[in-house]
Formats: sequence, structure tokens, C-alpha cells
Amino acid sequence: MDRTFDIIIIGGGPAGYSAALYAARGGMDTLLIEKMAPGGQMTLTGDIDNYPGYDDGIDGFTLGMKMQAGAERFGAATEYAEVISVDFGSEIKRIKTNNGEFCARAIIVAVGANPGELGVRGEKEYLGSGVHYCAHCDGRFYKDKTVAVVGGGNSAVTDAIYLSKLVNKLYLIHRRAELRATKVYHNALFNCDNVEFLWNSTVESISMEEDDKHINVKSVLDNSISSVPCDGVFISIGRRPATDIFKGLLELDKNGYIIADETTRTNIEGVFAAGDVRTKELRQVVTAASDGAVAAHYAMEYISQYFNK
Amino acid sequence: MSVLSVNKENFDSVKNSEKTVLLDFYADWCGPCRMVAPIVEQIAQENPQYLVAKVNVDDNPELAKAYGVVSIPTLIVMKNGEVAQKAIGAKPKAQILEMLEQND
Repeated sequence: MDRTFDIIIIGGGPAGYSAALYAARGGMDTLLIEKMAPGGQMTLTGDIDNYPGYDDGIDGFTLGMKMQAGAERFGAATEYAEVISVDFGSEIKRIKTNNGEFCARAIIVAVGANPGELGVRGEKEYLGSGVHYCAHCDGRFYKDKTVAVVGGGNSAVTDAIYLSKLVNKLYLIHRRAELRATKVYHNALFNCDNVEFLWNSTVESISMEEDDKHINVKSVLDNSISSVPCDGVFISIGRRPATDIFKGLLELDKNGYIIADETTRTNIEGVFAAGDVRTKELRQVVTAASDGAVAAHYAMEYISQYFNK
Repeated sequence: MSVLSVNKENFDSVKNSEKTVLLDFYADWCGPCRMVAPIVEQIAQENPQYLVAKVNVDDNPELAKAYGVVSIPTLIVMKNGEVAQKAIGAKPKAQILEMLEQND
């Protein structure tokens, strides 16, 4: 068998690289497996204003690179590969990727979450040609046009505020009668005079044909359907944890998040869950980073108890 | 080989390429574009059998429009000047290579 790492971390967002930093700095032989590039969901946002220490804000991509560099400074290695399956059945845990198999004494799962999908007709067909999940990436293609934003949480509202400065007209479609977003965003959004709110409404279907661009919106009050003309729709209805490969192994809640308390311990000894993938109240870059440190701490404690290291 | 930066003046090198082309539509301020950029760079270095090129959509809105790009990054595989496959968003290296191999 190949080299056995002390700790393997799956996922290179803020939780993953914070765990890698603490583990490597704690003398652990540490590998982080990331499928694409550091940063995770941070790279989908514009500037991050609420990560302490950056008084002018910092863009998510740069922060991700800095976090990776910080962990690598103490010897943590990054393997770019996609995890296909995991085997947590014995003391030494195995991870199969599209670039070989890796094993370790302890595992920290920090795979994060992906943007949630509506699951309506037209959503897949028009992906990238009218249907978008990253306002900061694609908003500029809708300068002086009409767009819809779906959702009422923090990310939907910040997306809407950002887009309203570019577009001619913006519809905010939300299934409730009021925003779920933190109060600090409300005024900024209500002050945008080109925003029209479609409360108590859900998206029924999307059509983005060249000569027929509209979405069908359904009222949750009376089930009536109306057609809303728009050039593009930005979907921002929360996130879905990327936990498919752990189904049947790790205990998940009904939304797919890995059940673990503040110690980040999962139902399997030696496996920890950190960051957005864990059941928790507040999902932020700073709480993900915090989880990473905690997970590394308990992983190191586990290793010293069970492997006398 | 390195990644060829293309604009409408030198776009013929893409259109007339005998090699299968990977075309990366990007912008400097887009996080996922910056994620995929080093992967595209690696693919160019390691696979001289392909022509790997990138289009800055801010500088080349006409090219973005001509290829229907309203989402970045968009990765397009071209064969004999025609679009063979189009993928929206950052993709892992293996997936991009697979797109190229399928159309080679």
C-alpha cells in the first residue's frame, strides 16, 4: 500500500484549507484533495467584506489562494482530483479518486455545497444562455436589460442589489411575503427603484428562446400563473450540500448536510465534517474557517489516542 | 504550447486551425474564470496536439456575442472552425480533456 497520510481533507474551500493549515502546522502529514481550484463557493461572490482582517474587503478567489498558500507553507499538499468513492470501514480510511487511491488515519470532509436548483422546465436547457447561478460572473451580460432574481435570502438579495445597478429592470421573485435576508440588506434593496417584487411567487417554467424570453410565475396564494418577460434569470435559492458520495455512510439530515455538532465529529470515528457541509446555523467564510481549525484539533486528538502518534 | 490570446483580428487562427481547438471565454474579474485559467494553461502545456486559446469577453464583446456567450467561463471545443461542444462554468481538468478527446 502507498503512503498513509495522517489526515486527508476533502475540499479546498475555507474550511478545508483552514483544517490543512492547523493539521500541517501541528506536525501532521496532511493531504488536501480538491477537484478544481482553491476557494470553493467564495469564488462565486464579488468582494468579501465580512472576513476579519481585510478592512477593504477581499475577492473570494484571492482569499482562496491565500488560504492555500498559508497551509502549504507548513507542508500541506494539494492533490487535484475528484473523489469517486470512500471506504471508511477500517482503521485506515481509503479515498478513491479519478487520479488514484489515497489513504489516511483521519478524514476531514469539507466538500461544501453547490447552488440549489429550482428543478423546473427550461432550467437545464437554458443553463448559461438565460439561466444563471453566478450574478457576479454573468451580470454584466445583462447591461440595460431585464432580469429576474429568484430567492429571498442573503445571496439572492445581494445578487439583486448588484444586478440592479447594471440592468434596466429587475424582478425579485420570492415564495414568501417577506425577505429572509439579514436586515442590513433590506434598505439597500428597497431603495433600488428599478426593482419590482413578486412576493408569494415561485417559478413554474423558463423559456429563453431568441424570440420568446419569459418565465412563468405561479402565485402560491391562488395558484394563478402569469408570464413575466425577462432576458435572463439568476437563481439564488440557497445551496445543496455535495454529499452524494457519503450517503449510507455518514449520517445526513433531510437536506443532505452531514450531522455533526460543534466538535465536527460525525457518526464514524476518525471522520470529521467542517464548513458548509455540516449541520449548523450560520454558514459564512469565517465559520467555515473556524470549523476547519476545530476539525483539525479533534482529528489530531483522535490520531494520538488511536495510533499513539 | 502556451495559451493563445485571441481577438477579432487574429481569430482566423482559431477558425482555420487544423488542430482541435479549446476556446476559453473569460474575464479577469470572474472568480470561476480565474479558477479554470491555470487548468486551461496546463492543458495547453501538456497537449501540443490541441490549439488552446482564450478570449477576454470585456475586450472582445463581438466574439462573445458571435458565440452566444452570456455566461463565463464558457469553454468551447471547435473542430474545423465549427463549435463541436460547449460547456458552461469552471470544469475539472479531466472533464475538459474528455471534451477534447471526444471531438478530436
